[in-house]
Amino acid sequence: MKRRSFVSKSSLGGLAALLGVDIVFKELMPEGYTPVALQDNNPFKLFDKDKGMVILNDKPWNIEAQAHLLDDKVTPNKSIFIRNNGLIPEVIDIENWTLTIDGESVKQTKTYSLAELKSKFKHHSYQLTLECGGNGRSEFDPPAKGNQWTIGAVYCANWTGVRLRDVLEDVGIKDDAVYFGYHAADIHLSRDPNKEPISRGAPMAKALQDETILAFKMNGEDIPLAHGYPLRVIAGGWPASVSGKWLKRISIRNIVHDGTKMTGTAYRVPCKPVAPGEKVTDEDMCIIESMPVKSLITYPKSGATLSKGKKLNIRGHAWAGELEVTKMEYSIDFGATWKTCTIEKPVNRLAWQHFSATISFPQEGYYEVWAKATDKNGVGQPMLLPGWNPKGYLNNACHRIAVKIT
Amino acid sequence: MKKQNNDKVKHNVKVLFSKIWLVGVILAIIAAALIYFVKDLNLSNKPETEIVQIPDDNDFDRIENGIHINTGFIDAPGMTETIQNCTNCHSSKLVIQNRMSGERWKSTIKWMQETQNLWDLGENEAIIINYLVTNYPPKKVSRRAVLSDVEWYKLEE
Repeated sequence: MKRRSFVSKSSLGGLAALLGVDIVFKELMPEGYTPVALQDNNPFKLFDKDKGMVILNDKPWNIEAQAHLLDDKVTPNKSIFIRNNGLIPEVIDIENWTLTIDGESVKQTKTYSLAELKSKFKHHSYQLTLECGGNGRSEFDPPAKGNQWTIGAVYCANWTGVRLRDVLEDVGIKDDAVYFGYHAADIHLSRDPNKEPISRGAPMAKALQDETILAFKMNGEDIPLAHGYPLRVIAGGWPASVSGKWLKRISIRNIVHDGTKMTGTAYRVPCKPVAPGEKVTDEDMCIIESMPVKSLITYPKSGATLSKGKKLNIRGHAWAGELEVTKMEYSIDFGATWKTCTIEKPVNRLAWQHFSATISFPQEGYYEVWAKATDKNGVGQPMLLPGWNPKGYLNNACHRIAVKIT
Repeated sequence: MKKQNNDKVKHNVKVLFSKIWLVGVILAIIAAALIYFVKDLNLSNKPETEIVQIPDDNDFDRIENGIHINTGFIDAPGMTETIQNCTNCHSSKLVIQNRMSGERWKSTIKWMQETQNLWDLGENEAIIINYLVTNYPPKKVSRRAVLSDVEWYKLEE
């Protein structure tokens, strides 16, 4: 079955209703073509996002959630952030979509149709936390260049697909394999066909994990277009940019993959700590791998007022890249004292974990509830911004909400 | 043939879209005028009629309260050069949300020229950098800012 890139026939009908007129030559519109009116139309409708999402950039699309929109245990599409580096593919030809595995370290180059991928390999489903490497960038000083994410570039959806490892075993990988790198169907902002907006990857150890999958479903349905339809490699716990959307090709490299946004300063932090604002050469920047420990209070929304004597139930999620979160605490006195939250085990490795607590307040007044997660290695979240880095990555400072007792 | 039809479709949709936009703008102006008028009756003795200027349809250059409506840029010397050179590939939103020194803007421009197909800006480069550092200077922030813009609400459980 073919599918239009943004709109089904019925929603085209919906557009016609919206415009009050029929779309002329509707039947002649090629499959996958996006009507101009939809290309820059209301993004909330276009991507089926909650009205509370915040648009940071509309070319390319960069949209983030707010903490209270991420309350679900498994994040629904409407609250999932969008971070695109280029333009969304304009044509998705689902019947002829293929995935090619190539590179210096494959024993053969092999191409699979989507149907082959789905029928030949066992399906697996995992809840996987994906967080943008630049989530929290807006708080760095001196400010870092790029989209100024606050806290909403993270989510945990349920992905279904086949293991990358199973596919690579079918292809045959040489002993000198070092890294995998993806190539995708998105379009460079300059529309230069020789440029890729982004082409990242991860070491083979990550490629071969059980949870690293080539996904064709998100939350039980076709992956939404903005999130990589029809195929996306998912590498939970690492910067979400490792999880390449609109996947066309995976190269197994005998070097660290050198695709767009793998080199220079992209998705890298200083190998050694630096002073705020210090210049760092490219050679002294190291690739981000597992994301750091972090948590979000997703209920209540910041700004809650309660009458004196009432208890406040809070809840949220915590995650720690490749690691598990083993301790979750909250403070209502700016970190002077901490109390323990209940924290659930992850439903599977790399899924975020849910915490909750019931809070009593000693008297009327203004409070902030701060949340702090600690990973199994005993590393916790800082209350202040962590070490400054030139590109503003990895801000895992504690999240807090404002509460008033009246 | 198909290409022509595509172009027709594009054209038609564009025309439709601009008409819808025009209707929306006019409705918004009428609504704003009504609100203003009603408020006025209640609160003051100002003249009963106000002259409301209706802006042109889809006027790309429209400025309101010192802001270029179409891009969100601050209306100041160098804005036109900035729009012309900096919003072809990416949105003005990407420019506006960034705060950099002249030196860092310069290196960002160099990076875009080396890797993103940005052209030589010639004498516009200095004009653009001056516009950006004047209107979007780096803001000093603390290591953790106070929570601002809190929308207070009564929590019902």
